[in-house]
Amino acid sequence: MRSAIHLASAALALAALAFGAVPSAVAADTPNPPADAKAFRDFFTQKFPKVKLEDFVNGPYSMNEDLHRQWEEKEQFPPYEFSVDMGKEMFSKPFKNGKSYADCFPNQGIGIRQNYPYFDEKEGKVITLELALNRCREVNGEPPFSYVKDEMAALTAYMAFTSRGKPFDIKIPDDPRALEAYQNGKRYFYTRRGQLNFSCATCHVQSPGERIRAEVLAPALGILNAMPIYRSEWSGMGTISRRFTTCNTQIRGVPLNPQDDEYRDLEYYLSYVSNGLPISGPGARP
Amino acid sequence: MASTIRVRATSSGETTEVQALIQHPMDSGFVKDAKGEIIPPHFIQQLTFEYDGKSVFVADWGGGVSKDPYVKFSFKGGKKGDDLKISWVDNKGATDTTTAKIQ
Amino acid sequence: MSMIRKSGNRFSEEIMLKNKSRMIRASTLSLALALLIAGATSVLAAGSEADFKAAYAAAETANKEAGTLRNQWTVTAAALADAKKAADKGDFDQAIASSKEAEALAKASIFQATSEKTLWKELEIH
Repeated sequence: MRSAIHLASAALALAALAFGAVPSAVAADTPNPPADAKAFRDFFTQKFPKVKLEDFVNGPYSMNEDLHRQWEEKEQFPPYEFSVDMGKEMFSKPFKNGKSYADCFPNQGIGIRQNYPYFDEKEGKVITLELALNRCREVNGEPPFSYVKDEMAALTAYMAFTSRGKPFDIKIPDDPRALEAYQNGKRYFYTRRGQLNFSCATCHVQSPGERIRAEVLAPALGILNAMPIYRSEWSGMGTISRRFTTCNTQIRGVPLNPQDDEYRDLEYYLSYVSNGLPISGPGARP
Repeated sequence: MASTIRVRATSSGETTEVQALIQHPMDSGFVKDAKGEIIPPHFIQQLTFEYDGKSVFVADWGGGVSKDPYVKFSFKGGKKGDDLKISWVDNKGATDTTTAKIQ
Repeated sequence: MSMIRKSGNRFSEEIMLKNKSRMIRASTLSLALALLIAGATSVLAAGSEADFKAAYAAAETANKEAGTLRNQWTVTAAALADAKKAADKGDFDQAIASSKEAEALAKASIFQATSEKTLWKELEIH
């Protein structure tokens, strides 16, 4: 009986290979990020011609009129206010050694969120804002925060708030390692994973505006601009790390560790293709 | 520590619209923590808005209201510059109070 | 049902994998017969602790490989946990069944990771 099932699986797999094996004009393997970003933008603006480019950063609210109305009302008194205030307090408080977060960041850490992630050419890796914050703590003798809990969310909420309105400005230096990180992120985004066999693209490219259970799906364009978010489902704030790991679990894939290379590269790719769109964080979501 | 109550009251014509966001865990007492133990009930039981010595809005809450509750309502009357007093009491006997000026 | 590319396929795969454990539980004897006929290599007339350990080890090995491919499934871990629980209670038939399910899930996750290495390009926006 099991063999019959195995045979069926094998047949399905072969069928998939047969169907999937025809490559469509296989592009050269050197990525062209500016071309990718333009194609990405065009795909979504053509799919949703009534949505202004900058409004894509509001995710599901730009996909559904009723949600949009409720969200506008809530923004008068947003649920992330407490987190921003907590973040501001934390950010201003010096470490035990007398230094503070301001010493780790350009412009004292104010109005710089739109430049993250960046590619660190000395280290040869992508540095996200969350990672930079914890490194700042460790370099100054403080224990790192969990990437998925309230403290990191509060700090990034405050920093996002100081950058509101500023367009994403992610740079890819002329360095093959940076291009590789970008390409890794892109590949992660489109790769199916988990028992449910979803990729990020399955929901956020193929089905934005449609529902998954009771939620309206956000488009991938501008999807990180509102982070971190107060999510009603979580009854609290969540970081990019929290969202990436919980997404994996939801499609029955074991999540990697927050800030593993794959996630950093994914954030790099997603942020880059949203260059030019304004930071709207911190945000609120259903 | 900052107040747990954020409030904005705006008067236009005969009506005053009030919005309030209150920081409170609002634990129902039915949820278990990561260790499998019940998180004890901890929620606001009564929330009162007072204007000119009279209650204009009173809420009797239980565990069914979510964390960090948001309230919005309107009442007849209220002038710019007048005081609006907000206070709550929870099931542990804790309270908080704040006064805001109607804009 | 024949196209893995549509998201609907996961229901059929999922159902197949879930039904597997139910069917196995229902009739160990007919299963043993079916496997013998099909020429399966594992002997399951009545599961022993040794058989369980072998099945569990095979499942763990496959899941570890899925781990190196950075693509383990949560359901695989759940099946492995079920197998351990059943073995602790002395129900080796069930433990073996859960181990076999875990191995199948792990192998599916390996197949997914391997094939996605090229197939991801199908979804890419150009």
